[in-house]
Amino acid sequence: MSRPALADLAVGQSIGTRTVSVQRGDLVRYAGASGDLNPIHWNNRVATEVGLPGVIAHGMFTMGQAVNLVTDWAGDPGAIIDYGVRFTRPVPVPYPGAATVEVDGTIGAIDADAGTVLVDLSVTFDGAKVLGNAQVLVRL
Amino acid sequence: MGVNAAYAGRAYPPTAPYAVGREHLRDFARAVGATHPAHHDVDAARALGHPDVVAPPTFAVVVAQRAEAQLIADPEAGIDFSRVVHAEERFTHHRPIHAGDALVTVLHVDAVTERAGLAMVTTRCEISAADGAPVATVVCTLAVRGDEAGG
Repeated sequence: MSRPALADLAVGQSIGTRTVSVQRGDLVRYAGASGDLNPIHWNNRVATEVGLPGVIAHGMFTMGQAVNLVTDWAGDPGAIIDYGVRFTRPVPVPYPGAATVEVDGTIGAIDADAGTVLVDLSVTFDGAKVLGNAQVLVRL
Repeated sequence: MGVNAAYAGRAYPPTAPYAVGREHLRDFARAVGATHPAHHDVDAARALGHPDVVAPPTFAVVVAQRAEAQLIADPEAGIDFSRVVHAEERFTHHRPIHAGDALVTVLHVDAVTERAGLAMVTTRCEISAADGAPVATVVCTLAVRGDEAGG
């Protein structure tokens, strides 16, 4: 797979966009694979009892999905050396139906000496940001 | 009762090794929609210089949350999990996690602060390989709502 060359990149450049469609079954799968079995991510009654609008996606599910854009662009999962986010809003996931999360990546900084690129991720649901300060440091 | 501020600065003994399995990595990758071949195909991973299939960047949370349970499940810490909201998460990879790793974690409680009925608890998991080499640092901040703010 081809990997981007540092010299070809510029701050402000887009690395692409991605649309993630999230269904209840995806949250159940994530619960099983991650071991995070909190019922607010699969049981509507429990979710509403704690004051949520209904079942919400695991923040870690959304964080995990959002970085795929960067991994695929970088061409190697091992290139991701730092990834941090703030969880600013929940993503309610209806049943039946799906929630649609939009991911957009932009180059925020380039460090030629270190051979690294900082990618700013914009991750939104319903037009509002669900991950804040979402930044991925990539070694190229 | 609230979160016990005396826990700030505490460090726990190293966990028992966590064995990273190839099929589990593949399952985790599928669960977060990570389709890069290096997560699934050993030859593709080796072509990139990895010894085996590599973990997606957020896989370390699986290892970290087991270590964090030492704090969360401790009644003396005063963290009511039904009032917890995940506020922040950060992964720093010193090298990629791959199938076959045996990972040992040391949990640190970096900060416990309380403001306007909301307690913020920041933990740091230092994850290392069987030989002691650093693998990943996972910093997690939880927000815990106070009793009166519960809903």
